[in-house]
Amino acid sequence: MKKDQTLGEVLRSRKISRRGFLKFCAATASLMALPPSMIPAIARALENARRPSVIWLSFQECTGCTESLTRSHAPTVEGLIFESISLDYHHTLQAASGEAAEAAREAAMQENWGEYLLVVDGSIPAGGAGFSTIAGISNMDMLLETAAGAAAIIAVGSCAAFGGIPAAKPNPTGALSVAELLQGYADQLPDTVNATASELKSKPIINVPGCPPIPVVITGVLTHFLTFGTIPELDALSRPKVFYGNSIHDRCYRRPFYDRGQFAETFDDEGAKKGWCLYKLGCKGPTTFNACATAKWNDGTSFPIESGHPCLGCSEPDFWDAGGFYKALSTPTEDISRAAVYAVAAGAAAGVALGAANRAKKSKAAKNHQKVSIDDLEK
Amino acid sequence: MTDTEFLLWVRGPAFEIATIIFTLGVVLRILEIVFLGRKANLAEARGSATAGGIRTIITRSVPESGTFKRSTFVIVAGYLFHIGLFVTIFLFAPHILTFESVLGFSWPALPTAIVDATAVVTVITLLVVLIHRMQDPVMRFLSGFQDYLVWLVTFLPLVTGYIAFHRVGPAPQMLIAIHILSVEALMVLFPFTKLMHAFTLFMSRWYNGAISGYRGVNS
Repeated sequence: MKKDQTLGEVLRSRKISRRGFLKFCAATASLMALPPSMIPAIARALENARRPSVIWLSFQECTGCTESLTRSHAPTVEGLIFESISLDYHHTLQAASGEAAEAAREAAMQENWGEYLLVVDGSIPAGGAGFSTIAGISNMDMLLETAAGAAAIIAVGSCAAFGGIPAAKPNPTGALSVAELLQGYADQLPDTVNATASELKSKPIINVPGCPPIPVVITGVLTHFLTFGTIPELDALSRPKVFYGNSIHDRCYRRPFYDRGQFAETFDDEGAKKGWCLYKLGCKGPTTFNACATAKWNDGTSFPIESGHPCLGCSEPDFWDAGGFYKALSTPTEDISRAAVYAVAAGAAAGVALGAANRAKKSKAAKNHQKVSIDDLEK
Repeated sequence: MTDTEFLLWVRGPAFEIATIIFTLGVVLRILEIVFLGRKANLAEARGSATAGGIRTIITRSVPESGTFKRSTFVIVAGYLFHIGLFVTIFLFAPHILTFESVLGFSWPALPTAIVDATAVVTVITLLVVLIHRMQDPVMRFLSGFQDYLVWLVTFLPLVTGYIAFHRVGPAPQMLIAIHILSVEALMVLFPFTKLMHAFTLFMSRWYNGAISGYRGVNS
């Protein structure tokens, strides 16, 4: 693919019909809660967009996020849009490796300094440079250098956004999210890079968490960037509000069962077969914000709850350490019964002791009671 | 500390501490009262103390008509928020799960819409009761710091629970954590304040009824 081709040209050359393309634009607009009048604007912007330069860095990750986007069962418009952005560096997908690959990254950075999009998946080890290196460069150095020249950074997946599984207790590598690393280590930027620590700290970061994130959410963010040239509105955790504005619970098709108090108690009881609410089986839907219940997975086939499994809350920080996947949200995480039994025993012992002490006091008082006669009072 | 870590602390160690203080305190205070003992009544029994005790526990739950006429508001509002508290605490599915995890058994829940409406009614009633307490000269005179404190720790779990259920404001993890924390405050204060009336109420009714019953008086 030539670099100066527009997205429209690329899509046409890949035999994507105008109808299919507009369908994608309409779906994206509705997913991003934009009015229908915006569809032509999106289509125009996408068609004429020169492919932005994108550098994709993978650190401590499992490649699940890239898989989510590239290994869909059939080539989708989302997939093609992703493919046709100018991926100057993605060491999982590119053929080159080692120094040749690094040269491509450096060339892309120099050519598009200040304009390229940086996509990161995976967390960054801060516990020691040796935990993860690429071509001899530590993850931390590579991120700091590359982030310095980025227009915006998209942290794809829960590891890049919040630390994810590598940061789960006991976090042996001292894994950090992209935002945490830029905030905490901006002053370690190598002198060769033409940027200041405060510039690095103020880089816009879009978190697209999920384990993995929904493909259409990743392309939705890219589409927003291509259409408006800005980053979408973000929530307190820097997630695009359009995709992470509703909880799974609020959009769940099993919600009526929750409201009626109809729950599956085990994975194979009558309730489970009838498709009742999975809250008691540990569903984290009420505290998880993502688009799974609306955008769904695998070309809109279903999402975990529809397949009969409670939501793990993978798009929320610390989901790995959130008190057990199969433990209901409202229940205590410790063995409270044992503590309560001990407390009853201790309370009983203390009560008996205090009671005995009180009685002793009472009988002592009775013994010391001095009778007062009328003569005493007249004294 | 992230929101999730805070929620974990509240669901774990904090809940454990609150449970220990609550159970230990309640058992201790009940036993202390029981072991105070009573002077033996040397008079001959003219009726059954047990029957009198049980009867009074039940009959005192129904307000006597004269009292009802004199203080209709206090009685109706009192019943309303106590029943409301019972429904919201014991008949809401996520709460029952918590009880089940501690007690080992469960009971059926009410639909959330009913619990939700009950919570609103209870919150309003508690507010009205507070206004009444502050406006009525006698009530205001009789009320001390503890009365307002006890009102607050009863009110907070209701409001935080309602907000957590409807997820208004901060992250839902934080909302649930604040709700559970407010319940833990209630549990910690419970044994050492007037909230103990939930247990001692039956003891004192029993005592009053038993005295009358022993004397052959229907109270």
